[in-house]
Amino acid sequence: MNPIPMEHGLVLAGILFMLGLISVLIRRNIIFMLVSVEIMLNAAGLAFIVAGARWAQPEGQVMFIFIITMAAAEVSVGLALILQLYHQLKTLDSDAANQMHG
Amino acid sequence: MELTFYLAAAVAIVSTIMVITRYNLIHALLYLVVSFLAISVIFFVLGAPFMAALEIIIYAGAIVVLIIFVIMMLNLTHEDVQHEKEWLRPGIWLGPAILSLVLLSELLYIFTAADSPSYRGQPVEAKAVGMSLFGPYILGVELSGMLLMAGIVGAYHLGRQKRKVMHRFLEETEL
Repeated sequence: MNPIPMEHGLVLAGILFMLGLISVLIRRNIIFMLVSVEIMLNAAGLAFIVAGARWAQPEGQVMFIFIITMAAAEVSVGLALILQLYHQLKTLDSDAANQMHG
Repeated sequence: MELTFYLAAAVAIVSTIMVITRYNLIHALLYLVVSFLAISVIFFVLGAPFMAALEIIIYAGAIVVLIIFVIMMLNLTHEDVQHEKEWLRPGIWLGPAILSLVLLSELLYIFTAADSPSYRGQPVEAKAVGMSLFGPYILGVELSGMLLMAGIVGAYHLGRQKRKVMHRFLEETEL
C-alpha cells in the first residue's frame, strides 16, 4: 500500500470543514444549517481518522465513534426543534426562530 | 491506493460544494449521501474499514433518512425553493465566503509548513478499536449512552404537538 501524506488528508478535512462553515454562515433555511453542521462534524471526524491512521493507534477511531454518536443525538433534537418551529411559525427562516415563545 | 484517495477526495469536495449551493433540499441531501460515500472510501483507504461501514450506516443511512422524513412531514412546495433562491443572494454569501476562505488559506499554510512524515500504511483493526473502547474509554461509552438517552427524551419532549380540544363554547389548547 503506497503511503498517503498525512497533510493531504488534513487538507481535505480542512476544505470540507470550511465548506460547512460557509454554508452555515450564508444559509437562512434552518434545515440547510443543520446539514452544514453535519458536514463540519464529519470533517472533524475525518481529521481524527487521519491522525489515528498516521500513528496507527485506535484512539482516532474511538473519537470518531463518539462524534458520530453526538451527531445522531444532535440531529434528532435539532429536527424536533425544526418541526416545532415550522408548526408554530409556518416558516423555515432561521431569523424567525427568536419568536418561538418557549 | 493513492489514486483512489485523491479521486474520492475530489468527489467529496465537489459533492459538498453541490450540497451547499442547491436550492432544493432533496437534491442537496442526495449530494450529501454521495459526499458521505466518498469519505467512507477515504476511511477504507486510510485503514479504518469499520469506520467506513459506520459512516455509511449511520450518516448516509440513519441521519439522512431522518432528515428526509422531516422534509416529508413539512410539505415543502415549489414556493419554498423560490424562497431559498431569494435568500441566497450574492451580497449575502460573498462576505462570509471570503472570510472562511481566508481561514482555509491559513489552515493550508500551516499544513504545508509543518513537516510531517507520511502515513505508515498499516490498518487499525476493528478489534483494537473495540478493546480500547471498552478498556480505557469505557467512561466515554457510558456518557454517550446517557447522551443518546437524553437525545431521545429531548426529541420526544420537543416534538410533541399541542392537541387542540374543541368545545362547544370555548376553544382551549391542552398539553
